[in-house]
Amino acid sequence: MSRAATRKKRRLYMVVAGLLLLGTATALVLTAFQDNLVFFYSPTDVQAKKVGEDRRFRLGGLVKEGSVIKAGSEVRFTVTDMNADLPVSYAGILPDLFREGQGVVAEGKLDRSGVFVAKEVLAKHDENYMPPEVADALKKSGQWTGAQTEAASHKAPKN
Amino acid sequence: MTLSIAELGQFSLALALCVALVQSIVPLWGAQRGDGAMMAMARPGAVALFLLVAIAFGCLTYSFVVSDFSVSVVAQNSHSDKPMLYKVAGVWGNHEGSLLLWITALTFFGLAVALTGRNLPPQLRARALSVQAMITFGFLLFILLTSNPFIRLNPPPMDGKGLNPLLQDPGLAFHPPMLYLGYVGFSMAFSFAVAALIEGRVDAAWARWVRPWTLTAWVFLTLGIALGSWWAYYELGWGGWWYWDPVENASFMPWLAGTALLHSAIVVEKRDSLKSWTILLSILTFAMSLLGTFLVRSGVLTSVHAFATDPTRGMFVLLLLAVSVGGALILYAFRAPSLQGGGLFTPISREGGLLLNNLLMTTAMATVLLGTLYPLIADALVLGKVSVGAPFFNAVFVPLMVPLIVVMGIGPMLAWKRGDLRGALSRLWVALAATAVTMAGSWLYVGGTVDDLLAAFGFGLAAWLLVATLVEWAERIRLFRAPAGESLRRAANLPRAAWGMTLAHAGMALVVAGVTASSAYKGELVQSQKIGETVRIAGYDVTLTAATTVPGPNYEAQRGVFEVRKDGALIAVLTPEKRLYRSPPMPTTEAAIHTNGLSDLYTVIGDPDPALPGAYVTRLYHEPLVPLLWYGALLMAAGGLVSLTDRRHRVGAPVRKRAGAAAAAAAKA
Repeated sequence: MSRAATRKKRRLYMVVAGLLLLGTATALVLTAFQDNLVFFYSPTDVQAKKVGEDRRFRLGGLVKEGSVIKAGSEVRFTVTDMNADLPVSYAGILPDLFREGQGVVAEGKLDRSGVFVAKEVLAKHDENYMPPEVADALKKSGQWTGAQTEAASHKAPKN
Repeated sequence: MTLSIAELGQFSLALALCVALVQSIVPLWGAQRGDGAMMAMARPGAVALFLLVAIAFGCLTYSFVVSDFSVSVVAQNSHSDKPMLYKVAGVWGNHEGSLLLWITALTFFGLAVALTGRNLPPQLRARALSVQAMITFGFLLFILLTSNPFIRLNPPPMDGKGLNPLLQDPGLAFHPPMLYLGYVGFSMAFSFAVAALIEGRVDAAWARWVRPWTLTAWVFLTLGIALGSWWAYYELGWGGWWYWDPVENASFMPWLAGTALLHSAIVVEKRDSLKSWTILLSILTFAMSLLGTFLVRSGVLTSVHAFATDPTRGMFVLLLLAVSVGGALILYAFRAPSLQGGGLFTPISREGGLLLNNLLMTTAMATVLLGTLYPLIADALVLGKVSVGAPFFNAVFVPLMVPLIVVMGIGPMLAWKRGDLRGALSRLWVALAATAVTMAGSWLYVGGTVDDLLAAFGFGLAAWLLVATLVEWAERIRLFRAPAGESLRRAANLPRAAWGMTLAHAGMALVVAGVTASSAYKGELVQSQKIGETVRIAGYDVTLTAATTVPGPNYEAQRGVFEVRKDGALIAVLTPEKRLYRSPPMPTTEAAIHTNGLSDLYTVIGDPDPALPGAYVTRLYHEPLVPLLWYGALLMAAGGLVSLTDRRHRVGAPVRKRAGAAAAAAAKA
C-alpha cells in the first residue's frame, strides 16, 4: 500500500474512533441530563408552578427568622423569598453556616402535605457568600435590597 | 505605617507591568528579524520580571506578618492573634493575594525557562518567553486595575477581621500554592505551543523541551487537587472527598486535559506524530486553567466552595481568556495545516493506545465542561434555573473511564507502530486472572448480591490496572526470567520515565479501588447520642463518654470524647470538636478520624439535642479504602517527579535534526 493511502486510512480510523466516542458521549450526556437535571425554584415558583410530588428540585431563599425548630437530628424551618413561604424538613446535621435570615439552598422533594423534604442542605464556606440563584430569586420577588448580604457581613466597604 | 512597604510593593508591580510590556514585544520582534541582541533580552527580562513580582509578593507577605492593618486586604483577612502559619497563608486566602500568587508563579516559570533552558534554540526561547510575558502583562493589568492588594485604609482599624476559620488549616494553607503552580505551569506549555506555531515547526526536540514543564505542572496540580480533596474530607465534616462541585471541576478539567497532553507529547517525542493535536491540547489545557480561574473568581456558579466573589473581576478573567486562547486558536488555524505528521502507525500500537487515551480524556473533559457550564447555558437560553449534580457526572464520567483503564493496562505492552494485541493479552494472562479472582472474591466478600456486582467490577478494574502495570514492569526487568542479579541490574538501568509510568499507573489503580469502595460501601449513622451511649458501626462500638468546652488560641471548642472499641478492646479515643471562632465569629466542624491505613472511622460532634437533655447530635461514618485515594494521588505525583528526573531531561542538549528545518524557519520569517 502506498504511503499516502496508509495515511488516509489512518486518518479514517481516527475519524471513525472519534465519531464513535463522540456519539457515545452524546448519548451518555443526553440520558444523564434527562434523569439528573435538577431545577432550581424559589418558594414563589413552587406555588406558581404546582411542582409535583416526585420531582426532585433545589429550593432556594432565605431561612425565615424564628422558624428553625430542632428535634433530635430532625430540623424544620421555613424558606422564604419574602413573597411566599415553604416549610422544609431535614433529617441530618445542618451545615455550620446555616443561620436564620441567611440564604440557603436545599435539594429534595415535596411530600404529600406540601412540606419540602430536603435530602441535603448545601453547605458553604463563607458567610458572605450568597448563591446567585438565591440572589436572583430575591430580586425577582422584588425583595432584594442588597442588605441581605450586607446585614450579616462584616465586610468593610470595598476600596 | 511601616516604611511604606505596601507602596514599595505597588510600585514594584507597576514597574513589572512596564517590563512585561517590553518583554512581550522586543524578544518576539527580535526572533522575527533574527536579531540576536533583541532575542537575548528575553532572559534578563524574565529574571527582572520575576524579581519585581517577587518583591511585591514579599511586601504583601511582610504586611501580613507584621499585621499592618492599614493595608485593606490585611485588615479584612488577618487578625493579630492568629497563629503565624495562618498569617502567612492569609496572603493567598483572599482574592487579591491569591491573584498575586498566580502572577508570581507565572513569572517563576518564566524565570525557570530563562535559567535552565540553556540548550533551547534562541528563537524558540525568545518567543516562548515573550508569550509568557504577554500573559503576565494581562494578569498584571488585571491586578492593578481591579484587585490591587496594596490599597490603604485611612484610618487603619485597630485589628483585622480575621481569616475564614475553614481556611485556618494546614491542609488548606498549602492547597492554593500547589494548585496555582499546577494551573500556571500549563502556561509554559501554552507559551511553547504558541512559539512553535509562530515558528511553524514542531518536532521531537520541541516535545522534549516542553515535557518537563508539563510534567512539573501536572505534578503540582495532582498534589493540589489531592490536598484540596483531603481537606474537604476531614474539614467539612461530611465525610465526602469529591462533590462534583463547579469549583472542583474547575481544577479537574485542566488535570484531564493536562494528562492527555502529557501522553500525546510522548508520541511527538518518540514518533514525530500527533503534532498538531498536541499543540491544540497545549492551548486547551491552559484555556481550562484560565476557565477554572474564571469560574472560581467570578462566582457565576453556585458552589459549596465559593467565597464571597465579585462578578466584575470575573469579566476581566473572561476577557483574558478570550484574548489569549482566541488569539492562540486563530494562530493555530493558520499554522496547523503546515505541521505535517511524521510516523505512521496502525490502530493497534503504542501510539494507538495513547491516542485512545487522549480521545477518552478529552471526551471526559468535555462532558465535565458541559455539566459544569450547563446551568449558565440554560440560564442564558431561558430554559430555567437548573443545577447539574453528582448523579449526572457519575452517569457520564464513569462509563468513559472504564475503557480508559482497560486500555491503560494493554497500551504499555504494545509495540510502537504496529502492536500485537493477542500477544499482549497472552502476556497479560496474570493480570486477566487477577482481575477474575478479584471480581469473584470481592463480590463474595461483600455479600454476593446483585447490587454488589458493580462494585466488584470496579475492584476488578483496579486489580487489572495494578497487575498489568506490574507485569509490564516485570517484563522490562525480566523478573523471574533471568537471574535475580540481572533483574536488579535491569531495574537499576530502567529509564526513570519508565519508573514514572509504573508508579503513576499503579497510583491510578489505587484511586480506582478507593473510589469504588467509598462510593459503594460508605457507612453513615446520624443520631442523638447520650453521654455513655454506645453506637455500633461497621464492627466498631463507639461510645460518647464526655462533651466538654475547651478554649483554643482564637476559638472556643465543644469537644466530644468518643471511645472506639472493636471486639471489646479499646482501639482509639477520638475527640472531634465543634469550634466557634472569635474573628470572624463563625462555627466550624473538626472531625476526628481513626484510620487503620485501609479504612477510616470518622466522627463528628454536633449541637446538644434540645429535645433530649444530655444528648448530642453525632455523626459517624465508616469510610472503607478512602486512604487509598491519598496513597494513589501521592504515587501518581511521585511517578511524575521520578519521570522528571529522567536522563533525557538532565543530560545532553536535544539537538534538532535535519537542516531543512532552518530553511523552513527562514521561509516563515
